[in-house]
Amino acid sequence: MASTMTSDFAKPDWLNAEHETGTTIMAVQFDGGVVIGADSRTTTGILINVNQRDRAYIANRVTDKLTKVTDYVYCCRSGSAADTQAIADIVNYHLNFHKMDSGEEPLVFTAANVFREMCYNYRDSLTAGIIVAGWDKKKGGQVYTIPIGGMITRMPVSIGGSGSGYLYGYVDSNYKDGMTKDECLRFTANCISLAINRDGSSGGVVRLACITKDGVERFLLTGDEIPKFFEDY
Amino acid sequence: MAATLAAEPITGGFSFENCRRNASLEKMGIKPPTAYKTGTTIAGVVFKDGVVLGADTRATEDTVVADKNCSKIHYIAPNIYCCGAGTAADTEMTTNMISSQIELHRLNTGRTPRVCTANRLLKQFLFRYHGYISAALVLGGVDTTGSYLYSIHPHGSTDKLPYVTMGSGSLAAMAVFEDGFKAEMEKEKAMKLVRDAIAAGIFNDLGSGSNVDLCIITKDKVEYLRPYDEANLKGVRQGNYRYKKGTTAVLKKEVVKSMFEVVKTQVKTTKPESMDTT
Repeated sequence: MASTMTSDFAKPDWLNAEHETGTTIMAVQFDGGVVIGADSRTTTGILINVNQRDRAYIANRVTDKLTKVTDYVYCCRSGSAADTQAIADIVNYHLNFHKMDSGEEPLVFTAANVFREMCYNYRDSLTAGIIVAGWDKKKGGQVYTIPIGGMITRMPVSIGGSGSGYLYGYVDSNYKDGMTKDECLRFTANCISLAINRDGSSGGVVRLACITKDGVERFLLTGDEIPKFFEDY
Repeated sequence: MAATLAAEPITGGFSFENCRRNASLEKMGIKPPTAYKTGTTIAGVVFKDGVVLGADTRATEDTVVADKNCSKIHYIAPNIYCCGAGTAADTEMTTNMISSQIELHRLNTGRTPRVCTANRLLKQFLFRYHGYISAALVLGGVDTTGSYLYSIHPHGSTDKLPYVTMGSGSLAAMAVFEDGFKAEMEKEKAMKLVRDAIAAGIFNDLGSGSNVDLCIITKDKVEYLRPYDEANLKGVRQGNYRYKKGTTAVLKKEVVKSMFEVVKTQVKTTKPESMDTT
């Protein structure tokens, strides 16, 4: 955000901090649908000084970063909470219109491109890394990644947010084509909990969702249900 | 073409035209005047039959307490209220503008406004100004679909939660909520919890102080309690430094008749003096 400011106006203090700087989000495609997952931590951008050390404050520990766009398309939000919420609301509005206009469920590709259009056109003023995932009858389960500049890529599996840095190795070595829905759910849960344990700005609970032709199934892992397989050594 | 000859009249709303000038003045070492910042504790919880909103009543201007009993729970609609933290002028203006829009919407639709509508209007309004409107809000209300509580941040992000805190005292207040919150509380318990949360802000945060205001919104009743509790009651003075009557002995008493008497009274009208304009 700072890069867009041309002069240093009197900066308002702690209250004006941007939210949701750190996140872990993920989406995996499988035959017949997608699994999406996210942590639930929203942190304030400005740090609070405690004992001569700057600490972030958790503005919300049970955030839902898996946001509905249509009945069959969800997005995983990372970056500024204000920006991503605003984008998701606008895309939701456009796709509602599109659905009424065409009389059919919007394609995941269409939804992802509406997101891309917003993220690209306003790339200088937005901080948003979004994963769009969903199901349609044309191509089945799909995952599209839209990183900060407004590029779009289709991927079988995608990770995002600050926590994703800790996950690339795990995802590259453990993702396999042709996983079942349950395997994808377990894989996603494992990834999110690994990131929660290493990334300071990810945390809280693990939120999962599975989108297939039958609609959306949501899961919530709290406390003991969060995988801890990596702790047995 | 007219625009090049005469400036367009200002139609209302916020003006940011002096931002650049102010920035360059600041570079020259001129300090801008500080706005009233409500270094604040505001909070709210959802309980069995509605929501309880709470706020402290201190308004500060730099290190000075500018108002010891200001009102931070703003009216949005008969069934929706909103606590404000941040710049006092911004919270007041934003809530007033959205309140007016909600009222027009109520008149147009003939329905009780919903909390999610107020939330959407507020977040879209704040998002437009990229966080330059310093309004951090706690929005609560009861509508036909249930009781709701939202926290709205200056950049336009919102969270829907069962208990929220905002302002500089939010950490102290949240600590109380995290300890004492239970789902589906009775009204009295919810009121006590919010009072305790605001009191924690008042006592532990320098930016918050004075009294606790509460607003309890239920399906068909709103109680606006101001003040609900005076957390900082002035103590009663223990000592007394006045001399007791009779400490100094009266030696002599004498009553003397005045020598003058009123002989005649007269009322005269006088011309007012003209102002000196030299």
